[in-house]
Amino acid sequence: MILAYLPQLLSGLSITLILLFSAIGAGLVLALSLVVCDYSDHFLVKKLIASLIFFIRGTPLLVQIFLIYYGLGQLTWVRSSFLWFFLREPMVCAIIALSINTACYTAVIIKGAIASVPRNEIDACYAIGMSKWLTLRRIVLPRAFRIMLPAYSNEVLMILKSTSLASTITLLEIMGVTQQLIAETYDTVKFYLIAAVIYLLLNMVITSIFMMLRKNLVLPNNA
Amino acid sequence: MSIHGFFFQLFLGSIVTIKLALSGTMLGLIIGLIGALCESIRNIFLRYCLSGFIFIIRGLPELLVLFFIYFGMTAILSDLFNHYIDINSFFAGTIALGCIFGAYASQVFRGAFLAIDRGQIDAALAIGFTSYQIFTRIQLPQAWRHALPGLSNLWLTLLKDTSIVSLIGLSDLMGEAKIAASTTHQAFTYYLIAACIYLLITSVSQKVLDIFILKANRYLHA
Repeated sequence: MILAYLPQLLSGLSITLILLFSAIGAGLVLALSLVVCDYSDHFLVKKLIASLIFFIRGTPLLVQIFLIYYGLGQLTWVRSSFLWFFLREPMVCAIIALSINTACYTAVIIKGAIASVPRNEIDACYAIGMSKWLTLRRIVLPRAFRIMLPAYSNEVLMILKSTSLASTITLLEIMGVTQQLIAETYDTVKFYLIAAVIYLLLNMVITSIFMMLRKNLVLPNNA
Repeated sequence: MSIHGFFFQLFLGSIVTIKLALSGTMLGLIIGLIGALCESIRNIFLRYCLSGFIFIIRGLPELLVLFFIYFGMTAILSDLFNHYIDINSFFAGTIALGCIFGAYASQVFRGAFLAIDRGQIDAALAIGFTSYQIFTRIQLPQAWRHALPGLSNLWLTLLKDTSIVSLIGLSDLMGEAKIAASTTHQAFTYYLIAACIYLLITSVSQKVLDIFILKANRYLHA
């Protein structure tokens, strides 16, 4: 029964995973650069980053996805540029929207984690003559990484859930495949349940990965 | 870049969005309170049901929950009663958002009730309060204070989640923006306007909630 639909479900799963991993990767890089830029003392840069985070966190992801996928086509300078080659692909748009979205949430998490790194450790770094950048790289970020891990695992689960919104811009990830199969078979409840089980399994896998990560990252003297 | 006649439509859509968010929150608060109460009752079965419900809701995309309630429930109910039953999209949205809000809120409430010192309940018992009085006069007012920051985060999340209800045909802010975008072929303009309205609603409600939180904590600042 279900085996007949396995190839389609697996292709949906693979697209969900591609979306998930690229959003995590790009989002993390983007978030780190947002935080590092925010570390600068430039007034305008700070203001710009703050308003980007305010905009992204204050609006629904669905609007952001639509804004990028449907909205950019309205701007003629985007259509005529070479970027249009990428931006007309729903996959690229979904990845861009998801990465920017998660980057802003992650940036806030990282900033919170950095703020909770004990102040005297940073003072100690300055006392032995480390520069601001070196302190950030060697002491603050590794410390902050451990602190932010629980919050970040929640964020990753949020990204997983958000990937389902990519089905609204014609991507056939798990949710899209489910909708397609339902349209073919009219077997609504069965396919939604299958999709639910897949999402819950992915959820459990991610949670256990983060549990393992947390165990491995415990400092020797904290154990 | 004129907004033609769509300004009024977007305004009506915003009202639908706010209405949906409010009714979802109401339902969610009730579900959350019931959930927190179930947790406090020492019943293994109830607890397992509750943690299963929370696990499922937290693990599933909001879209899936909504579609399951809107399309899945229609199928189940139609099978049960042997004729087609239509579920109103506003109703389905309220149930879906309420369940999501409720699952998270039950955890917030649990923490809030646990934060109340046990000694206060003992004191209330000692001067002869009934358990109903303890709940309404001692526990609820203080739990409210502890729960408010968590609930205000949930409210902001829910407000943004209402946008997915446009996918089941409700003319909320997102739905109206979609109609305007496809009619005028100015997708960027209209989705940007919709985004700004969402931004306005979230930031205004954030300010209001901050006032609530300040008010709930007023005697601590004195």
